[in-house]
Amino acid sequence: MRNALPVLSVVAAILVIWYLAAFWMNAAWVRDQAARADRHTGFAELVTETMTQDRPVVAAPHQVVMALWKGVFGHKITSKRSFVYHGWVTLEATLWGFALGIVIGVGLAVIIVHSRAVDMSVMPWAVISQTVPIVALAPMIVVLSNAVGIEGRLVPKAIISAYLSFFPVLVSMVSGLRAPHPMQLDLLKTYGASRTQVFWKLRLPSSLPYFFASLKVAIAASLIGAIVGELPTGAIDGLGARMLIGSQFGQPLIMWAALFAATILAGALILVVGVIQRAADRRMGVTR
Amino acid sequence: MTTDTVISTRDLSLTFQTNDGPVHALKDVSLDVEKGDFVSFIGPSGCGKTTFLRCMADLEHPTAGAITVNGASAEEARRARAYGYVFQASGLFPWRSIGGNIRLPLEIMGFDRAEQDARVKRVLELVDLGGFERKFPWQLSGGMQQRASIARALAFDADILLMDEPFGALDEIVRDHLNEQLLSLWERTEKTICFVTHSIPEAVYLSTRIVVMSPRPGRITDVIESPLPKERPLDIRDTPEFLEVAHRVREGLRGGHGDDD
Repeated sequence: MRNALPVLSVVAAILVIWYLAAFWMNAAWVRDQAARADRHTGFAELVTETMTQDRPVVAAPHQVVMALWKGVFGHKITSKRSFVYHGWVTLEATLWGFALGIVIGVGLAVIIVHSRAVDMSVMPWAVISQTVPIVALAPMIVVLSNAVGIEGRLVPKAIISAYLSFFPVLVSMVSGLRAPHPMQLDLLKTYGASRTQVFWKLRLPSSLPYFFASLKVAIAASLIGAIVGELPTGAIDGLGARMLIGSQFGQPLIMWAALFAATILAGALILVVGVIQRAADRRMGVTR
Repeated sequence: MTTDTVISTRDLSLTFQTNDGPVHALKDVSLDVEKGDFVSFIGPSGCGKTTFLRCMADLEHPTAGAITVNGASAEEARRARAYGYVFQASGLFPWRSIGGNIRLPLEIMGFDRAEQDARVKRVLELVDLGGFERKFPWQLSGGMQQRASIARALAFDADILLMDEPFGALDEIVRDHLNEQLLSLWERTEKTICFVTHSIPEAVYLSTRIVVMSPRPGRITDVIESPLPKERPLDIRDTPEFLEVAHRVREGLRGGHGDDD
C-alpha cells in the first residue's frame, strides 16, 4: 500500500474543497432566508446552517454519507427505498449489457479481421453508431421495446448498455487480433497451420492484453448505459431513477446519495475487472 | 552418406516490385543441397541469402526459375512439414512456457498428448535445457531462448533445418558454445542444415559447404567444399587449413563487394 499516502492526501484535499464549495454555495440561500426574517447570521451560525439543510444546493460530504448509509442499511433490502434494491436493478442491466457488448464486440472483431469485405463495410458503421447521442436514443429504445411487447426495463437497458460497451471492445480486439508479429505468423506458416489454428494459438492469446484494457472502459460505459436507460418516461427503479426522482421531487440528498452509490458501484466493477486481468496476466506469464 | 538431392534450385529469381522500382533480390541462383549437408550462406546485407532461405521454406515465392524440396514443390514440402525453421529472434510466445512453446508445432500437427510429452523432454535434453519445461521465456537468457527455439524446430523430426542467423544477436562466448552444440547435434541427428550467417569463422567452422553470395542482384559468386574433417573441436579455428578456407571465403566476399564500387 505504497499508494495509500498519496491517495489519502488527494482524498483529503477533495473533501476540503468540497466542504468549502458547500459552504459557499449554500450560504446564499441561508443569507436570503435570514434577510426575510430580519435576522442577522453570525459566522458560526452560517457554517452550521449551510451544513444541515434539508434541500441544499451542494450537499456536504457528511450529509451524503448519512443519506447513503440510510439508503443502504436503513431500509429492508426488498423495500423500494433501499439502495441495495435499486443498486441491484442497475447492476443487473449493467452486467447483461456488458456480456452482450463483449459478445458483439469480440464476434464482430473476429469477422472483421478475417474478411476484408466486412472490415471495410462494418467498421465505419460501428464508428457512426457511437456518434449518435445516447440520451436521445435511449427513450426510443425503451418505447420500442414496450411496443414490441417486452415486459419491464431490463431488456431495453441491457441493449443500451451493450450499445455503449461493444465499441471499446470491438476496437481493442481488432487491434489485438492484428497484433501478432509477422515473424510469428511466418512461424505458424512453416508448421502448415490452418487459419483456425492461427486464430486460437496466436491471434487470440496476443489480443488478451488489449481485451482486458478495453473491459475497464466497457464496464464503465455499460453502467452509464443502464443509468441512462432508467431515466426516460416513467422512471421507477434503479439508481438512475432514484437520482431523477430525488432531483424532481425535492429530495436532493437522495439524488446525491444515488449519484455516489453509482460511482462506488462503477469503481467496484472496475476493481473486479482489474483483479481478473491480473490473474489472467499471471497465468499467461506476463511479468508485470 | 547417400547423395540424394534434398533441395534443388534452377535459375531461381525473385524480383520485388517496390515504389522505387524493381529490386532483384535473387537472380539465376542454381544450387543443389544433398542429404546430410551442412550448407552455410554468407554474404553482405542485401545479397539475398535470407530471401533464398525463405524461398526454400515457401515463405517467399520466386518470380522465375524452379525449386524442389524433397522432390516436390516448396509449398508441398511446407504442408508436409518437411523442415524446421529457426528465425533470428527466438520467436517464443511469451504466454506459453518453454514446454508449451515446444508443444506448439506438435499441437498443430496433431500429435497426441503422450507423444508430445515424450518429444518435449527428448528435444530439451538435446539442447541442454532439460528441466526448463515450466519456465517462461522471460526467465531465460538470450542464448537459452535461442536454444529453446532450436529445440522447437527439432521437435517434429523434420529432416531439414533452415536457420536464419540464429546466433546473430548473441555474444561471442555464447555463440562459440552454441556452435559446438549445433555441430554435435548435426552429427547425432544427421539432418540437412541450411544456415545463413554474417560471420566468416562461423560459416567455415560449421559447414561442409559454404555458399558465398553477393548483392544487387543477389547471386552466388562461389561455392566452397570444405576440406575440414567432420569431427571439429573449437581449436580447429587456429589451424592453417581453417584459415585458408576463411581466406577463400573472404576473397569471395570482397569480389562480390567490388562489383558495387
